[in-house]
Amino acid sequence: MEQYAVEMLHITKRFPGIIANDDITLQLKKGEIHALLGENGAGKSTLMSVLFGLYTPEEGEIRMDGQTVKIRNPNDANDRGIGMVHQHFKLVECFTVLENIIMGVEPTDKLGFLKKRQAREKVVAMSEKYGLHVNPDALISDITVGMQQRTEILKMLYRENDILIFDEPTAVLTPQEIVELMQIMKNLAAEGKSILFISHKLNEIMEVADRCTVLRKGKYVGTVDIADTTKAELSRMMVGRDVKFAVDKDDANPGEVILHVENMSVASKQHEKDAVKNVSFDVHSGEIVCIAGIDGNGQSELVFGITGLEPLKSGSISLCGQDITKAPIRKRNVSGMSHIPEDRHKHGLVLDYTLEDNMVLQRYFEPTFTNGLGFLKRKEIREYADALIEQYDVRSGQGAVTTARSMSGGNQQKAIIAREIDKNPDLLVAVQPTRGLDVGAIEYIHKQIVAQRDAGKAVLLVSLELDEVMNVSDRILVMFEGEIVGEFDPKQVTVEELGLYMAGAKREEMEQ
Amino acid sequence: MNKQRKPLLSHDWLQTLLASLLCILGGLIIGFIVLLIIEPSGAWEAIINILKNFFRYPSQKLQLKYLGQTLTRTAPLLMCSLSVLFAYKVGMFNIGAAGQYVAGACAALYFALAFKMPWWVCMLAAMAAGALLGAFSGALKTYCNVNVVISGIMLNWIALYLTNLILATVKNPTSPYTMAVRNINPKALLPQMGLNTLFGNEKTVTIAIPLAVIMAIVVWIVLNKTKFGYELKATGYNYHAAKYSGMKENRNIILTMMISGALAGMGAALLYLTGIEEWETTISSVPGMGFNGIAVAFLGGLSPLGSILSAYFIQHITLGGGNVDLSVYCAQISSLISSLIIFLCAFVAFFKLAIQNRLRAKEDALRTAAVPSADPAPDPDPQPDPDPVPIADDDPQKGGDAE
Repeated sequence: MEQYAVEMLHITKRFPGIIANDDITLQLKKGEIHALLGENGAGKSTLMSVLFGLYTPEEGEIRMDGQTVKIRNPNDANDRGIGMVHQHFKLVECFTVLENIIMGVEPTDKLGFLKKRQAREKVVAMSEKYGLHVNPDALISDITVGMQQRTEILKMLYRENDILIFDEPTAVLTPQEIVELMQIMKNLAAEGKSILFISHKLNEIMEVADRCTVLRKGKYVGTVDIADTTKAELSRMMVGRDVKFAVDKDDANPGEVILHVENMSVASKQHEKDAVKNVSFDVHSGEIVCIAGIDGNGQSELVFGITGLEPLKSGSISLCGQDITKAPIRKRNVSGMSHIPEDRHKHGLVLDYTLEDNMVLQRYFEPTFTNGLGFLKRKEIREYADALIEQYDVRSGQGAVTTARSMSGGNQQKAIIAREIDKNPDLLVAVQPTRGLDVGAIEYIHKQIVAQRDAGKAVLLVSLELDEVMNVSDRILVMFEGEIVGEFDPKQVTVEELGLYMAGAKREEMEQ
Repeated sequence: MNKQRKPLLSHDWLQTLLASLLCILGGLIIGFIVLLIIEPSGAWEAIINILKNFFRYPSQKLQLKYLGQTLTRTAPLLMCSLSVLFAYKVGMFNIGAAGQYVAGACAALYFALAFKMPWWVCMLAAMAAGALLGAFSGALKTYCNVNVVISGIMLNWIALYLTNLILATVKNPTSPYTMAVRNINPKALLPQMGLNTLFGNEKTVTIAIPLAVIMAIVVWIVLNKTKFGYELKATGYNYHAAKYSGMKENRNIILTMMISGALAGMGAALLYLTGIEEWETTISSVPGMGFNGIAVAFLGGLSPLGSILSAYFIQHITLGGGNVDLSVYCAQISSLISSLIIFLCAFVAFFKLAIQNRLRAKEDALRTAAVPSADPAPDPDPQPDPDPVPIADDDPQKGGDAE
């Protein structure tokens, strides 16, 4: 019989109205990298919460090294050597790497003084051993996201965890950092650590994992050896049908200038330097212009400047020939700009409002939804929301009256997209519209974006995913350190070439 | 099957009501225990006296009269709770309601006694004074990022001493109290419109009572039915989303604090313009009315309509506390007991959560027992727990902090 580090056997967990995990079995071998694949809402989170003792399953058992165990709470899980790198790091920004690593398990002498030197030696030794190079004295706020992730991994190793869970670890990394992480994971597995790798990026799973368990809609679909499977096979298991990876679209047919940005600079909140430096570009009707770049190179601020969330430091913007440099946000929203924001929870939705109230977030003041006395027309709002829900297939527990907070990420995003597209904008600004979504939802959203272009709208797409950049856009602008360092035709450029520009290794002189 | 039985307890208002009653019961029990510890012999009688309030009077006429007085004192308390909950709905904790109430008292009495204005001018002045103070807090919040709680507490004291200073100019020469409105300027008294005849001719019963109830209904309508309320609540729930959708988020915050202040200021007018009491110009602590408004708002489940009931209850036991037998207990006991109950009232949210958890556990048990025939919903991501689940969220929440 094979040795399993963790076995979750026939786990069933129900929530009101929903079976989140329905008879799911996951067996993690010692020293393997095991991928857990599934769409949003497939039950991955629930399964991990069960493993961490946050939920008690109604049925099924958990075994470790062949022994049945009860995990009652996260501390229990920790004591049994289960560690996790969360998608959003749990680090103290103003502490050093070392301080973060030892936090909670600080070695102290009898008088309660920290024995930092000893901890430091251990950390340095570990980072050597696994190739996790990081400066133990750097402040978290000063290091890159990739380094922060290494800190998280070292945290698990410092606690001598043997079962390491990586929750979508590549979502925040650059292509180069991803390669490094894959290597680190392989090193860890070679040292006998068992790794559970949660992802819906098929390329990465194909590259790094030994086996893969697929969940769909709370049900167990199967476990396959990566060596015997293909990307298409995995995606079929995950979605339940064939998925097209390429986006179907005809050539662009650009018309007149819709968005004109000239010498725009936006101040940075974090640094002395400007986040966006003297950027100029146009977006025409009937084309998708994509801003590519590694996260944090000024893309967010660029969008904030265009949409009015941040004031410009200098420069000007015009929309359909009308100067909107100083226009308030409402003015921009009603004169033809739609904005699918980067952060759907922060900007895109009022999470404690119902779905219907969120659907009219940009239009509630229109005479259709508010009468002359300032009263909301509830009936019209309900009808409008129901129509959008129907048309864009937004799924939720109770329809229009569902609280937005209780919806899954993909459906929250669909709701925002429905709202923004239904405004019938001249310019659609979409920032990472598929972030954190699964293959099926991504396919859908790409279709919508292309449909907007084909309807003659101008689309400005900001994306960190190179696949998306290459597949969806008609024109690519690469941003590096707040500047546009290159303009490309996606048909005539390679991913590697783009990567060099994104990393600042190359730049072309723009005409302006 | 259990779907049909579910609705009753799952109604939000019922949960709130139940939680509120639990709080009241808890407060009474703790109060009783404290009484028992101090002096067991009189404890039962004392707690009954607190609960009875005016019902202990033998004649119906007297009972009505004191009911009238209790109601008169309920009106300002209700206004203060409206003030607190209005700001709370927009995401601010207006502890400054106490100071805004004081400012309202100052303006109402000064306009009544110094300028000899009619009641409605005095009331509007009180609202304006409260609004001014509220606007101050709101502006500090939006332009200087000063926490509303901090500025509120500071402004409470500033308002108190300014009021003492100003009202000292219209005070009774032989006592620290302001002159009686009834003697100096009777037209500043709120009209009675015959309401007093319903309460044994209690002369302090005025339109203040229906006015406060009407305001509660107005606040409810504004918050739940209007575009304005939609904007304010959106700003409170998610400032960034409000900004994103083009609402004037800063203006909304200042406006909210102004309205909140005006409500508290109006509350003061509804008390002092009935002639039921005068302002003591040597007072050195902020009147509790505004603070009690916080407890009332929470006990009422943060609903304007719930506040009507909870305001009455709190006022009832506060006045009832005055009936404790002082030969057995010290004079402060009444305040102690009523404040214990008020303190417990702040726990409504806690009890509500407990009820919801119990309900959920029960449902879970039921479902486990039942045949799992329900087909899996299309969207199995239900966040069943109000506490954030710290691990493995499929969805990059708050992507902004992942830079």
